[in-house]
Amino acid sequence: MDNQKWEVVIGLEIHTQLATQSKIFSGAPTAYGAEPNVQACAVDLGLPGVLPVLNEEAVRMAVKFGLAIEAEIAPYSVFARKNYFYPDLPKGYQISQFELPIVGKGYLDIEVDGVKKRIGVTRAHLEEDAGKSLHEDFHGLTGIDLNRAGTPLLEIVSEPDMRSAKEAVAYMRQLHELVRYLEICDGNMQEGSFRCDANVSVRPKGQSEFGTRAEIKNINSFKFVEKAINHEIERQIDLIEMGGRVVQETRLYDANKDETRSMRSKEEANDYRYFPDPDLLPVSISEALKAQIKATLPELPGAKKLRFIEQYGQDDESATTLTSSRELADFYEQVVQQSGGQAKLATNWMTGDVLGALNKAGLDISHCPVRPERLSGLIKRIADNTISGKIAKQVFDKLWNGTATADEIIEQDGLVQITDMGAIEAIIDTIIANNQGQVEQFRSGKDKVFGFFVGQVMKETQGKANPAEVNKMLMAKLKG
Amino acid sequence: MHNKTIAELARGLRSGEFSSVELTRIFLDRITQHQNLNAFVTVTPDQALAQAEAADKRLAEGSSGLLTGIPIAQKDIFCTDGVKTSCGSKMLDNFIAPYDATVVTKFNEAGAVMLGKLNMDEFAMGSSNETSYYGPVLNPWDTKTVPGGSSGGSAAAVAARLVPGVTGTDTGGSIRQPAALCGITGLKPTYGRVSRYGMIAYASSLDQGGPMTRTAEDAAMLLQTMAGFDEKDSTSVDKPVPDYLASINQKLEGLTIGLPKEFFGEGLDAGIAAIIETAVEEYRRLGATVKEVSMPNLKYAIPAYYIIAPAECSANLSRFDGVRFGYRCENPSDLTDLYTRSRGEAFGKEVKRRILIGTYALSAGYYDAYYLKAQKVRRLISEDFKKALSEVDVIMGPVTPSTAFGLGEKTGDPIQMYLSDIYTIAINLAGLPAISIPAGFLNAMPVGLQIIGQYFAEDRLLNVAHQYQQVTDWHQRSPKGFE
Repeated sequence: MDNQKWEVVIGLEIHTQLATQSKIFSGAPTAYGAEPNVQACAVDLGLPGVLPVLNEEAVRMAVKFGLAIEAEIAPYSVFARKNYFYPDLPKGYQISQFELPIVGKGYLDIEVDGVKKRIGVTRAHLEEDAGKSLHEDFHGLTGIDLNRAGTPLLEIVSEPDMRSAKEAVAYMRQLHELVRYLEICDGNMQEGSFRCDANVSVRPKGQSEFGTRAEIKNINSFKFVEKAINHEIERQIDLIEMGGRVVQETRLYDANKDETRSMRSKEEANDYRYFPDPDLLPVSISEALKAQIKATLPELPGAKKLRFIEQYGQDDESATTLTSSRELADFYEQVVQQSGGQAKLATNWMTGDVLGALNKAGLDISHCPVRPERLSGLIKRIADNTISGKIAKQVFDKLWNGTATADEIIEQDGLVQITDMGAIEAIIDTIIANNQGQVEQFRSGKDKVFGFFVGQVMKETQGKANPAEVNKMLMAKLKG
Repeated sequence: MHNKTIAELARGLRSGEFSSVELTRIFLDRITQHQNLNAFVTVTPDQALAQAEAADKRLAEGSSGLLTGIPIAQKDIFCTDGVKTSCGSKMLDNFIAPYDATVVTKFNEAGAVMLGKLNMDEFAMGSSNETSYYGPVLNPWDTKTVPGGSSGGSAAAVAARLVPGVTGTDTGGSIRQPAALCGITGLKPTYGRVSRYGMIAYASSLDQGGPMTRTAEDAAMLLQTMAGFDEKDSTSVDKPVPDYLASINQKLEGLTIGLPKEFFGEGLDAGIAAIIETAVEEYRRLGATVKEVSMPNLKYAIPAYYIIAPAECSANLSRFDGVRFGYRCENPSDLTDLYTRSRGEAFGKEVKRRILIGTYALSAGYYDAYYLKAQKVRRLISEDFKKALSEVDVIMGPVTPSTAFGLGEKTGDPIQMYLSDIYTIAINLAGLPAISIPAGFLNAMPVGLQIIGQYFAEDRLLNVAHQYQQVTDWHQRSPKGFE
């Protein structure tokens, strides 16, 4: 296999579950995890005679997304029926949008290894989710849970603009970040709130026509997207290089075996017989509504990152990290504000100890046991030299594991930095007197011994001496 | 008693001349007595008597409305909580609806007494009531003939005085055609005037529920209860409902009637043409002027309808898959077997025919040639009506090309069957309101006059129909044996 000869072309279709209270065409709740079928009303069950009524909140969320990617918002869009039989699709058709989707062409900027790239979004349309088929515990039968049936989805279709699995992941992450910023999707991938299908093809470098594509379904984590796409690229290149031909088909990614396998070929593909749903009126979006929704748009990730660099003097990497979710960015800004503007310390602590501890504990920022009030309390004490950076790490551990404030911990544990230079001088003098051998070594040019003296002082003071002051005084005394 | 109109019965109930329980018993007895007509799929005597008692209480308390205590019946296409709702199909023979259609709720709130559920063509697909899983309904005027369809049970029950007023639904003529063939009054309202929620869908963009009664005045009373915006039906229209009884007595001086020449061409029985002309003469005497209008695209109405309606039904009927409710085949071997046998065994021939036509018309490669083309024709037909109705107040014409045909006469020839709706289908495509009223007899069989009006002009149609019924007595005739 020779990767240099081939160019990869990837387009993604991402299904985001919209975070509405009720379903897209009924009043039933959308909460995840209820007992099977308790959140399915007559409309979700597709009983004879029932009719869909559009949830306006879902429309507003779709418009919000469209505005955020600077897309055309269709003044007039139409719901269509997508016909196919499946037991977890109660009506025998899915209400979706086909010819006239609510969101038209837009774009999303990504960055891979420092290189920026603009990925086109072809369209985004509203549709209802299906239920779930449960194949276990039914003794050879299939159970149907329709709780999810009718949950609003926004299907976001990209242009075939990505050229590597890495770019695909970057796009997916960017989109994931955006929908959570907009608060239109909880982004929970385990629960299926954010799902991805990838269209993958390869072509000889320099060829302008696309190769035949395969669609990979069922990839529900960033890790799997990268693996599944890379796997598919390899499969296609191997196939072609061995004289075979890629056939247009739908393939399923099996995360356990790390492979894709054929689900159905183009010939077996359904003819969905789309036609406008006569039960629903066309959706019209006025300029006034667009303006109203636009006014509710939060600061978007890209703009926020630029502002963090500008306002807080962050480097690109820190700004990227701290704006990766709205909660994290808000958390950071609260810490800065409550610590009296200690932006640099806040950046270091957030990107270092806080995220490190969260990562280790497997928590996200919304579950961080140290809230901005307590963290900024700590930062204030570092800033005013009450404690050293080293002691601060001890205090942080206690903040993490308890409920006390930084001041309470410093007080109780007697961690206040020793500022009495007379006391430090006495300690230094004693240490120098007791370690003449090391003094000689230092004076004969072994600079490394200096660290030994610092260590001794810190040990004697239990780390409470101001390291800079200690260094200065030690140096003066040792040089004699 | 059973010959009284709803208006008369309502007056009698209010004055205490008789009780709702008495009335209900009389009509329940007649239903039993004339079971051979096969007009009902389900009779609900216990619920009816309970509702009648409640109505009598309301009447005594003085908290009654227009229809409190009046016996009615629902076409078996309207879902009724706790009562079988079959839609005339084996598919739903075991289906007890867990909720009420909006129309049913409205009748219940008005205090009307439901006697039962009326026979109909399977899923409202048919023009003779012969496609019902429960067998054909007989026309009380001649039991060897059909009552029309799909609201055949509705029309026969009213004509035979088994119930004074009922609901029907009209997708291509299913209220007006049986009303004409059974000599009663049937109104198809403007699309969107009556909620479709809980009315089992055949062709969603065409279906509309409406009243079937003996007189226009009674139809006004039922429509008053049925009409109105429903937030559960996005296609229902949020427009105030006028007081239909208030305007029915207006005189007709100055009324302009349009007669489309396309309604009087080839295929129309000369006897019927003569009856329509006589009726139009009567309107002239009432002060109306008459004008010829032209609707050149009418001839495409049947082909367009038989693309659009089957296309919609092919999707609407997909939910009947044997999974959650309705008929399920025995011992399915796998999913495909479950689908094919459940649907194959429980749908009748006409339903299958229309699902197949619709599926074909929507298929990749055929969609533009069939479905899109039909939608274009639909717009042209609407334009024709719009133009004609800008020149005249109402359009008049026949309802059917012939009187009731014999049982089994057209079942072997779907095209002949479809042609019996030739004068009614275009109105559904345009979404306009139209009423069918008795206008005479041909060889002792009833003939209907169709009056078509402007969107939401049901009040005008009822007025024009009522004025005719003040000077004619066709609507008062009863079939022999049902006097």
